[in-house]
Amino acid sequence: MAHRLAQDIPDGAYVNLGIGLPTLVANHVPDGREVIYHSENGILGMGPAPAPGEEDPELINAGKDPVTIVPGAAYVHHTDSFLIMRGGHLDVSVLGAFQVAANGDLANWATNDDGFPPAVGGAMDLAVGARRVLVLTTHTTTEGEPKLVERCTYPLTAAGVVDRVYTDLAVVDVTSEGLTVREMVPGLSREELQARTGARLSFAADLGPLLGGAPIRDGRG
Amino acid sequence: MTGVDSAREEGSFVLDKRVSSLAAAVAGIEDGAVILVGGFGSSGIPVELTHALLDAGPRELTLVTNNAGSGERDVAALLRERRVRKIVCSYPRSRGSVWFEKLYRAGEVELELVPQGTLSERMRAAAAGLGGFFTPTGADSRLAEGKEVREIGGRLHVFEEPLPGDVALVKADRADRWGNLTYHSAARNFGPTMAAAAALTVVQVREIVELGSLDPECVVTPGIFVNRVVEVPDAVPA
Repeated sequence: MAHRLAQDIPDGAYVNLGIGLPTLVANHVPDGREVIYHSENGILGMGPAPAPGEEDPELINAGKDPVTIVPGAAYVHHTDSFLIMRGGHLDVSVLGAFQVAANGDLANWATNDDGFPPAVGGAMDLAVGARRVLVLTTHTTTEGEPKLVERCTYPLTAAGVVDRVYTDLAVVDVTSEGLTVREMVPGLSREELQARTGARLSFAADLGPLLGGAPIRDGRG
Repeated sequence: MTGVDSAREEGSFVLDKRVSSLAAAVAGIEDGAVILVGGFGSSGIPVELTHALLDAGPRELTLVTNNAGSGERDVAALLRERRVRKIVCSYPRSRGSVWFEKLYRAGEVELELVPQGTLSERMRAAAAGLGGFFTPTGADSRLAEGKEVREIGGRLHVFEEPLPGDVALVKADRADRWGNLTYHSAARNFGPTMAAAAALTVVQVREIVELGSLDPECVVTPGIFVNRVVEVPDAVPA
């Protein structure tokens, strides 16, 4: 999934990778592409994890893990960092999801479980602001429930923001007519994909195969 | 003016925001104060200032901070000792936020959950003398419930009020006696905004340097936003 999504990160893009699964994307961006990674806590030009023993406790990413910076990096303070996110300055935001609806609604910050204190962080800012919002998620939950749905039942992060979803089974565009499958894994029928999806799918005229990922390289492309 | 007397030269006033101890840095903070506490995760937390605040003893505090503390230190220590009435926060569920979770479940601390960029911008609005702003962030979510929502440019926006502090506790890297600040890497995070948004801004720095030795091109927070500076050369990482 991460490998497939990484092929769509354009050269020269300013990109925010959300915590969790999306951070894997950096390992798969094709060699030779220059991509600038943003971290919400105030880094433009974030690099890979440091070598053991070289961690700086102040230099961390959104997931609070130690990172490095690349030549050309800049630090910004928090208000400017969120100006970058909210104000449409990022080319791509890659987010995880609990649910994506056929109209592009995104639910990725809270379940309906009140047993935990709620926490939102930068999820809503990332969802509303980037020029393209890409979602990286498994097609169904571990219990087999569809994550692509007609209407989100989990609390909304933002309405109508998702452009494209990359799952383990398919690449799906959110269009004005709903969900359109652009690629799907070989060996799966359209009916089988629809059965694992909670919203009606249409299929692109040039529907192609979703090909498996290459091995993870070290570091960020 | 909160400068110390040692800075006064014969016949003239010398602006000096240095204080000689952590206790002096947090002196006069009252019960019920709204305290902006800088930092994000382990980065930029003014650990020693929060411990000085704990020793100073004010209660019923409102803390405005991105995370709700972790382990037994800083914000978590203030929670553990029941000094905090309310937390205004974007992500109170970090690794090791044991004390927050315990008190939240017991109903002993109030939580105002604010999206991270909105939290920062509300403080910036206070610093800038603005009466609030409309943002698309969260406008479609349950965090907009009870707030004014308006369509601007074809998109829903929610009105958010300014969030001023009585006090800001900030960690920076270097300061001069005027309170000009530089920061270390991503520890800058909330510092510049919080410094400008509070009535009393208290800063702990690794090093206090001679006036004039900070490059004006590189000063991140100018001293106009700073009231007290205390040197903590060997600050523990959060």
